[in-house]
Amino acid sequence: MCGLSAGARNGGRRLELELVPRPGARRLLPQVPPHPHVTFCSHSTDFEVHRNWLAITHNLPLSQWYYEATSEWTLDYPPFFAWFEYALSHIAKYFDPKMLVIENLNYTSPATIFFQRFSVIFTDLLFIYAVRECCRCVNGKRAAKDILEKPTFILAVLLMWNFGLLIVDHIHFQYNGFLFGLMLLSVARLCQKRYLEGALLFAVLLHFKHIYVYVAPAYGIYLLRSYCFTASNADGSAKWRSFSFLRITLLGLIVCLVSALSLGPFIVLGQLPQVISRLFPFKRGLCHAYWAPNFWALYSAVDKALTVIGLKYNFLDPTKIPKASMTGGLVQEFQHTVLPSVTPLATLICTFISILPSVFCLWFKPQGPRGFLQCLVLCALSSFMFGWHVHEKAILLAILPLSLLSVQRAKDAGIYLILTTTGHFSLFPLLFTAPELPIKILLMLLFSVYSFSSLKSLYRREKPLLNWLETIYLIHLVPLEIFCEIVFPLTPWKLRFPFVPLLLTSVYCAVGIMYAWLKLYISVLSERTSARQKAE
Amino acid sequence: MEKWSLMTITVLLALTVRWTVSLGSYSGAGKPPMYGDYEAQRHWQEVTYNLPIRQWYFNTSDNNLLYWGLDYPPLTAYHSFLCAYVAKLINPDWIALHTSRGYESQSHKLFMRTTVFVADLLIYIPAVILYCCSLKETSTKKKVSSALCILLYPGLILIDHGHFQYNSVSLGFALWGVLCLSYDWDLLGSAAFCLALNYKQMELYHSLPFFCYLLGKCFKKGLKGKGLLLLIKLAGTVVASFAVCWLPFCTDVEQIMQDKVANIWCSLSVLIKIKNVVSPQTQLKLSFAVTFLSLLPTCIKLTVQPSLRGFKLTLVSCALSFFLFSFQVHEKSILLVSVPVCLIINEVPFMATWFLLVSTFSMLPLLLKDGLLLPYAVTTLAFLSACVASFAIFEKTSAKDLQLKPFSQSLRGYVSWFKLFPKIVRSLFLLSVTLMGVLSVMSAAVHPPQRFPDLFPVSVSSISCLHFLFFLVYFNVIILWDSKNSRNQKKVS
Repeated sequence: MCGLSAGARNGGRRLELELVPRPGARRLLPQVPPHPHVTFCSHSTDFEVHRNWLAITHNLPLSQWYYEATSEWTLDYPPFFAWFEYALSHIAKYFDPKMLVIENLNYTSPATIFFQRFSVIFTDLLFIYAVRECCRCVNGKRAAKDILEKPTFILAVLLMWNFGLLIVDHIHFQYNGFLFGLMLLSVARLCQKRYLEGALLFAVLLHFKHIYVYVAPAYGIYLLRSYCFTASNADGSAKWRSFSFLRITLLGLIVCLVSALSLGPFIVLGQLPQVISRLFPFKRGLCHAYWAPNFWALYSAVDKALTVIGLKYNFLDPTKIPKASMTGGLVQEFQHTVLPSVTPLATLICTFISILPSVFCLWFKPQGPRGFLQCLVLCALSSFMFGWHVHEKAILLAILPLSLLSVQRAKDAGIYLILTTTGHFSLFPLLFTAPELPIKILLMLLFSVYSFSSLKSLYRREKPLLNWLETIYLIHLVPLEIFCEIVFPLTPWKLRFPFVPLLLTSVYCAVGIMYAWLKLYISVLSERTSARQKAE
Repeated sequence: MEKWSLMTITVLLALTVRWTVSLGSYSGAGKPPMYGDYEAQRHWQEVTYNLPIRQWYFNTSDNNLLYWGLDYPPLTAYHSFLCAYVAKLINPDWIALHTSRGYESQSHKLFMRTTVFVADLLIYIPAVILYCCSLKETSTKKKVSSALCILLYPGLILIDHGHFQYNSVSLGFALWGVLCLSYDWDLLGSAAFCLALNYKQMELYHSLPFFCYLLGKCFKKGLKGKGLLLLIKLAGTVVASFAVCWLPFCTDVEQIMQDKVANIWCSLSVLIKIKNVVSPQTQLKLSFAVTFLSLLPTCIKLTVQPSLRGFKLTLVSCALSFFLFSFQVHEKSILLVSVPVCLIINEVPFMATWFLLVSTFSMLPLLLKDGLLLPYAVTTLAFLSACVASFAIFEKTSAKDLQLKPFSQSLRGYVSWFKLFPKIVRSLFLLSVTLMGVLSVMSAAVHPPQRFPDLFPVSVSSISCLHFLFFLVYFNVIILWDSKNSRNQKKVS
């Protein structure tokens, strides 16, 4: 059954190949750049980022990897990812050796694009395997006759046809597929009680892409609580005597070994500070060029609104207002005008505080894999809400694990629908060229129609998944999209306020994601008390 | 899940595939001086918008018929005019008289692709969905999977959204015709078919079955009473719809082969150079005679026993006969056979899938020329997996599943290997798919030897032709023995 959906996914994945121009595709007009891809599909910067990394790792010795700065897109992923690029570069040289020249900035050739796209599709095999493992963990108590209504089937489709992952990886271009594959695989291993394997996979994952450190608290606490403590008291609290030193040593050993393998060479070379400074560039602004729909987007929007009001009623002195516009398109530092400006430390504290309750919940009332997953999603969402310089793509970190929960309980399914729809909608600005407009809308509709109808049929006997307010909110995404993509470009404001569609999208989505986050938090915390009452 | 959501997902999937294919290259991209079908369509927009209606089909100082002269019936011209009107609103340069010749740009491509997309969405896709919903004695799931397979048929997608043509319009109208006939709305059906004919004259391939079916229906009602009335009404509808949109057009007798087409004349020319043996006039007569003979049995059967099932099957066999034996055939004309085959995909899924794969394969040389190799490979594999997943075609290879039961019964006395039949059919299918795969890879990757520069196109067309002959025999057998069977059943009852 999973095979079937895997095939379906492959079908979907293959389609993305069409975005790659065929070798020999003719240049269209003399004045356009030599490559159709450049003109026809948006050529995301991430494409050049990864090409540059291929070149760096291929040509330079290890000691130069984190110092090389010919391109502005310096290597800012942990060492395992660099090694991954190094391995890829040895295949890439058979496709087009010119892409491996560091000075060849913005180099694209049909062979390069084919290779890059195909490498994403190929590494996605790991993701497919991970999805299969995850489907095994979902209890199939609900014996539906129709394969289309089995929770495992629905989960497989929800994960593999995930709109966000499809567009970010296969159209925009990134390697999230196999990274999320690693994460889901580690989750599956934890669910199967193969804790050491799960820990190992997660440690490896952290050294591939450090954004996953956001969910590390969930892993740490869960492993500590469920693996290192071998028994619990009757009320669910940990039995201190059952603490196993052997197990915690094993876990520590795994983490240390993986870190040594990854960072060891750089420690020996004495480059650790340099690596760290590349990995955590706090010099970037609070928000990305396009505001990720999080708390800071709302905060900045309120600040902007207050500025406009203040200027209108002369509360503010126009000469004192900095001119930098936040959505100017470049990553830049930004001063709030009315509200206090936010420092990296403040965001760190906010993130920490918002994660804390979920972690406490996991510790004091462990509920097995379910509780772990809830905590994982909450960690990801909380850090998305309050993190420094969050990318809109980071919402996938919450959406994918939440898929696992959504097929198990109606309450989570409702939250999932709100979060995916708004989260995916907020990814729309990633694809901004005209030929991509139908694709993103069609894929989004495809995923939304499937997720709504399949989850609705799964919880047919229970009360509706969404209440009227949520339904109205989600339906209004349609007019918003029509306004942003079709109506606004025709109005005269297009030139004076080009950032309005982005601002509207990000603020509107921020409301929905904030709501989903709060709802999930409330459901998790209240579940804890009700469970305790049951225990009493 | 409910039917509507499954259908919506199917349609969305089909649209996504169409749009992704349309991002690729088109025929004659950047190849002056003649370019390809894309330029032809653009040129027609230019001509229809700028010239008075009387000059559309005539050679004038402003309308050089040798450069993509309008050679389709009026409905195509009206469609071009409509598109040109929209084009004018967006960018007048696209259709400026004379100066726009060979115009190519990304935004223009986007516009042209959108026109095909919209036409497909408005005419072809609704017809397919309604047809699948109207299928009798099938579960919801079967209806949805038929719709999925029909909509994912790679041939039509690649030609319309890749190569660039508007086949989905004429085929869509023909489908509307079939749909109306299946609801017994004969007048509406014949009107829809007339629209199809007036969009592309190639729809004549389908005209005989339509004619025979309706005639048979009239006979059935008795030619003196109701039948005559129906006949008069039908004739009136046809005349009226033609009168509405007809303008004179003529085509010159062209060379027998435009390209390496998978029909019998082309394959024969490998052995005998027909051109050298007989004159064009004789060729014309010869091809007419052979086509007519091959059509005759099934058409007579349909007239005598008009049934919806027989009608669909006759559509297939007639179009296939025309394609194989008639004069001056384009490789794209195989689409006229494929769409009727799509209609019977839920009855003989195995054979239909096989045929549809071969038909896509037969257009490979054309697709390669247009730079559509990757979409070809991807959509074909997706289509194959969709068919395998939704119809379990490999388990439906017994004589009964292939509707060959009556035929095998009549042969039982002579042939004893029928027990092995399913296995043989399956291995033949696998063999043919492998062969097609290998040839596709070789055409794409290997340079042909210098002595035979046309080696791959010729072998593609010969292999496809062999397949098509086999399918012609198969469909004729089903149609003819089917009638016998129903007679037997009548005798029994």
